[in-house]
Amino acid sequence: MTDRAETDARVKALIEPFNKKEIVVGDGTRFAQDLEWDSLTVLDFVANIEDEFDIVITMNQQAEIETVGQLVDAVGKLKG
Amino acid sequence: MTTNALRQAADEPPSGGREADLFSKFDPLIQTREQLLSTGITDPFGLVMEEVVSPTVAICNGRKTILLGTYNYMGMTFDPDVIAAGKKALDEFGSGTTGSRVLNGTYVGHRAVEDALKDFYAMDHAMVFSTGYQANLGIISTMAGKDDYIILDIDSHASIYDGCALGNAQIVPFRHNDVDALEKRLKRLPPEAGKLVVLEGVYSMLGDIAPLKEMVAVSKAAGAMVLVDEAHSMGFIGEHGRGVAEAQGVIDDIDLIIGTFSKSVGTVGGFCVSNHPKFEILRLVCRPYVFTASLPPSVVATAATSIRKLMHGKAKRDHLWVNSQKLHAGLKALGFTLGTEQPQSAIIAVIMPDLERGAAMWEALLHVGLYVNLARPPATPANMTLLRCSLCAEHSAQQVDEILGMFESAGRKTGVIA
Repeated sequence: MTDRAETDARVKALIEPFNKKEIVVGDGTRFAQDLEWDSLTVLDFVANIEDEFDIVITMNQQAEIETVGQLVDAVGKLKG
Repeated sequence: MTTNALRQAADEPPSGGREADLFSKFDPLIQTREQLLSTGITDPFGLVMEEVVSPTVAICNGRKTILLGTYNYMGMTFDPDVIAAGKKALDEFGSGTTGSRVLNGTYVGHRAVEDALKDFYAMDHAMVFSTGYQANLGIISTMAGKDDYIILDIDSHASIYDGCALGNAQIVPFRHNDVDALEKRLKRLPPEAGKLVVLEGVYSMLGDIAPLKEMVAVSKAAGAMVLVDEAHSMGFIGEHGRGVAEAQGVIDDIDLIIGTFSKSVGTVGGFCVSNHPKFEILRLVCRPYVFTASLPPSVVATAATSIRKLMHGKAKRDHLWVNSQKLHAGLKALGFTLGTEQPQSAIIAVIMPDLERGAAMWEALLHVGLYVNLARPPATPANMTLLRCSLCAEHSAQQVDEILGMFESAGRKTGVIA
């Protein structure tokens, strides 16, 4: 498995507990519009991602992330 | 234009030179409000006090009402010495300064209130802003620059978030009151980067306090500076009323304390106190301090008098704790769900099942003569609807009994308790 594929799998596993609508999650899935997460869900989810990868995603960086694919790329960069 | 033509125009897309209605983003909120008010309920956000009888009683809609939703914790608003100081300053210095603190807006009264704060906190420096909101806005946005990090509790007050938004630092939130979450994030940040940890002594929605002792320790270990907003604890918590940091024995490790005059002090204004040797430079670089008019002379005179009296307020502090414990125990016994297991401050939050029943309960209380704060998202954590009770040192034991009776009848009437 490539590095990105592995990150992608771990991110998607963390999305599942919050995927209340049980939609199919892909690179283009949007957190606000498709998963319909409110700001509190986002905060909980981001905390889980940070702990899983031992990184910090600042609110400034979060503002730039709309889709699952963008998050996977950002995590890849942040974990170096 | 006929009504029909207007209606048609409103339905058309905003093109062809027609303006896009910037108000349409508020439509969901307008609808929620209309829905709530269409049930015939009194607007919880439109209350007017016709007369204020004392720190604990006002006349609302012609009815004598016990006030249990103000931040007048120490009941200083009608203190005779405070009133006299305000009147004297109004006579001698006029109604306002019409100027910035750094130009023509610093009178002897502004220096006097800063001296009172230095004495109250036993600290070297004090800087007074026109509101508490501006104190957070100014200090947070000025202290943390572009490459610095602000690490803050998720449940921080709007003024803290707005201070972050006004500046351009990197913002890192952590789970409410979670020492471990704070420590982990601090350790993940670049060791050499500037870091400001922003905490509150009392969180005003649920009335819970922060584990400052542990949080300050992990922050200092990571080389961070620490700011604590003690707005809701000043005058009440700690041996000298200096706040939660004093009560937990870590006040000497706090770099910046933010506070307000609009709670225990009983007027309006904000401040920052600090022991940092370079603190005074902030007066020249802090925009929400520089680019606004200073407080009126009467306001700083009332504040200075009130702060000096709060230094000797032990009896009042003790009575306020008794009130807080009595109300908390009484509401719990009635079957209400409260924000904290034990009373931790002068704020007791009663958790409502939803906004509709919260508003109904709020109105039922008002009808029997009790005012509390209705708090709803986004001000509240976890989308909760709260009836927030804030006690005053001037509430008598008898008033607390009356309050409990009112909660009992309103709670049964609205079905919030069985």
